[in-house]
Amino acid sequence: MDTIYFLVQQMMYFSIPLLVVALGGMFSERSGVTNIALEGIMIIGAFTGILFINMFQGMLPGQPILILAIIIAAATGIIVSLTHAFASINMKADQVISGTAINMFAPAFAIYVARMIRTVQQIPFVNQFRIEKVPVLGDIPLLGGLFFRNAYITTYLGFAILIISWVVLYKTRFGLRLRACGEHPQAADSVGINVYKMRYIGVAISGALAGIGGLIFVIPTSTNFNATVAGYGFLALAVLIFGQWNPFKILLAAFFFGLMKTIASAYSGIPVLSALDIPNEVYKMIPYIATLIVLAFTSKNSQAPKAEGIPYDKGSR
Amino acid sequence: MNISIKRFLSSEGVANFASSLMAIIIGLLVGLLILLVSNPRQALNGFGAILFGGFTDMKNLGQVFYFATPIILTGLSVGFANKAGQFNIGASGQFIVGAFAAVYVGVKWTFLPGALHWGVALIMAMLAGALWGLIPGILKAFYNVNVVISCIMMNYIGMYLVNVLVTNTVFDSLKNQSQRVASTAVIPKMGLDNIFRAGNSPSSVNAGIFIAIIAGIIIYIIVEKTQFGFELKACGLNPDASKYAGINSHRTIIISMMIAGALSGLGGALLYLAGSGKSIEVLDVLAPEGFNGIPVALLGQGNPIGIIFAGIFVAYLTVGGFNMQLFNFVPQVTEIIIAVIIYFSAFALLFKDFIRSHYAKDEDKLTKTRPVSQGSLGGDK
Repeated sequence: MDTIYFLVQQMMYFSIPLLVVALGGMFSERSGVTNIALEGIMIIGAFTGILFINMFQGMLPGQPILILAIIIAAATGIIVSLTHAFASINMKADQVISGTAINMFAPAFAIYVARMIRTVQQIPFVNQFRIEKVPVLGDIPLLGGLFFRNAYITTYLGFAILIISWVVLYKTRFGLRLRACGEHPQAADSVGINVYKMRYIGVAISGALAGIGGLIFVIPTSTNFNATVAGYGFLALAVLIFGQWNPFKILLAAFFFGLMKTIASAYSGIPVLSALDIPNEVYKMIPYIATLIVLAFTSKNSQAPKAEGIPYDKGSR
Repeated sequence: MNISIKRFLSSEGVANFASSLMAIIIGLLVGLLILLVSNPRQALNGFGAILFGGFTDMKNLGQVFYFATPIILTGLSVGFANKAGQFNIGASGQFIVGAFAAVYVGVKWTFLPGALHWGVALIMAMLAGALWGLIPGILKAFYNVNVVISCIMMNYIGMYLVNVLVTNTVFDSLKNQSQRVASTAVIPKMGLDNIFRAGNSPSSVNAGIFIAIIAGIIIYIIVEKTQFGFELKACGLNPDASKYAGINSHRTIIISMMIAGALSGLGGALLYLAGSGKSIEVLDVLAPEGFNGIPVALLGQGNPIGIIFAGIFVAYLTVGGFNMQLFNFVPQVTEIIIAVIIYFSAFALLFKDFIRSHYAKDEDKLTKTRPVSQGSLGGDK
C-alpha cells in the first residue's frame, strides 16, 4: 500500500505540469494557432519564477513566495507567447518556425542571463513548499494518503485549472467563440467575432499556463534550475493530442504519461517491475511510442481544430 | 530606374537572399543590443569577436568547416523535406540513430579494410537515418499523422533507444559514453589539417566537409533536374493538384522523408567519425545539431546550394561565440542571435512582398511564385 501511495504522489509531480501545459496548448490550438513553443515558454516561466524564489527566499514564508513566483512565471509566459502570437496572427508567418525560434531562444536566454548575473547557469533554491500533510483532509483513510500527503499546492492548482478550463471552454460565450475561431474563422468573422483578438487571447492563455507549468515542473523534481524542462513541453504537446483536445481526456493522458515517467524513475523500488529487468529507457520510450500508435489510429478522423495552424486572412476565401 | 535592374531586384533569388540578409541583420543587431545591455564597455569587442572570430587564424577557419559539416547535412535534410511540404523537425532523432550506426560499425566491424570501413559506416548511418525518416513518412502517407508531432516523438524514441544500444554494445562505462572508433573508421583528413592549423594545433576539419558539399550538389540535382524532384515540388506546392496530375503523393512523401532521414543520419556519422575525440554521451538530451538544421535550411531558403553557405555562416557565428568568451561574454549569445534570425526569417514572405511591391510594380504580377504551405500543418486537414 505504501508503494501505491508513493507512486501516486510521485505521479502527481510529473502529471500536473503536463496537465497544465497541455491545457494551455489546448486554448491556443482551439483558437487556431499551433503552439510548439510550449517547451520554450516553460523554460522562461521556470527561469523567472525560480530566479524570484532564489532572490526572495528567506524574506517571505514558503507558500506566499510560491504563489508570487507562479504569478511571475505566468506573466513572463504571456510576454513570450505574445511574440509567437504576433508572428502567427499579424505577420501570418509559419507557426512552426516561430515556435522553433522561441524554443531555441529560451534556454539560451536563461543560461545567458543566469551566467551574466550569477556567473553559473544553475539557479539553486530551497524546497520549502512541500506539504507533509494537509490538515484534516490528510487523515481521510485512502484519499488522504493518495492526494493529501507529500503534496504541493500546485497539485490543487492544477485541478482547479482543469475545471476552470472545462467551464470556460464549454459553458461560456467566450469558449464557444474561441472554438469557432479554431474551426472556421471565416464563419466566426461573419457573425462579428474578432478572430485576431480571440487568437491573441488563446495564445496568451497558453503562454500563462505554460509558464506556470514550467515552474511547477521544476519545484517538486529538483533543487536547482538548469535552463531545461527535460522536453516536457513537447511531451505536453503529445498529451494534448493523445487527449484529443478535450480537457478530461487530457487529464487521463497526463496521468498515463506521468505514470510511465514515475515507473521509469522509480521502477527499481517496485518489486514486480524490478524482477522483469527491463532497462528504464524502455519505460521512458513508452509514452512516445504509445502516442505514435494512438495517432496512427485516430488521425484519419482527428478531433484537431480544423483551422489549426492556418493564418487567418480576411481576404482569403 | 533601369528596367533590367528592376527585374534583377525583383527576381526570386535576389528576393530570397535579401530577406535572409534582412533576418541576419536584425538578429545581429539584437545580439549587439544584448551585449550592450550586459556589459557596455566590452560590447564592441565581443561583437567584433562574433563577426570576425572565424577569420582570426587558420585553425578557427578550419573549426568553422568542422562545425558546418553536420549542420549542412541536417539543414539539407530539413530543406529537402520542406520541398515536399513536410516540416522535418525530426532531424535530431535521425541524426543520433545515424551517429550510433556509424559508431557501432566503427567500433565493431574492424574486419573491414581501410577506406571500406568508414565508407560502410557512412552507408549504415544513412540507412539508419532513412529508417527513422521512413516511419513518420509512412504514418503521414497512410494514416495522415501530422509529421511535426510524429517527428518529435521519433526524436525522443531515437534518443532513448540510442542510449540503450550504446550502453549495451559499445559502452565506455568510465566516461559514460560510446567507445572510440577504430582508426580506419575515421574520415580521412586529406591534408586539410596541415592547412587549417595554428602553429602546432590543427583544427578538426576533415574530408567530411567535402562529403557535405557533394551531398548538397546531389540534392540540388535531384530537386532541380529529375522527374522525382519535380513531383516532389509539385506535392509541396499543391498536394491536391499534384494528385490530380497523376503523381503518387504517398510514394513521394515516403521517399522524401527517407532521403531527409538519410541526410541527417549521414550528418551524425560525419560528426562522430571526425576523429575529434567526440563520442555519443549517454544523456537524456536531444542532439542539438538536428535542431540547428532548421535555421540553416531557413537561411538557405530551401535551396541546397544556399544551405551549404548558410551552414558555413551559422558555424562561423558559433566559432565567433566561442571567441567572445575572451571578453567574459557567455557564448549563448550566438544561440540567441540564431533564434532571432529564425524568428524573422519566418517573416520571409513579408520581406519578399515588400521588395516586390517596391521594385516590381510594372512587372507582370503573374510571375509571382509562392509556396502554398511551407510547413506541413497547413496541408494536414
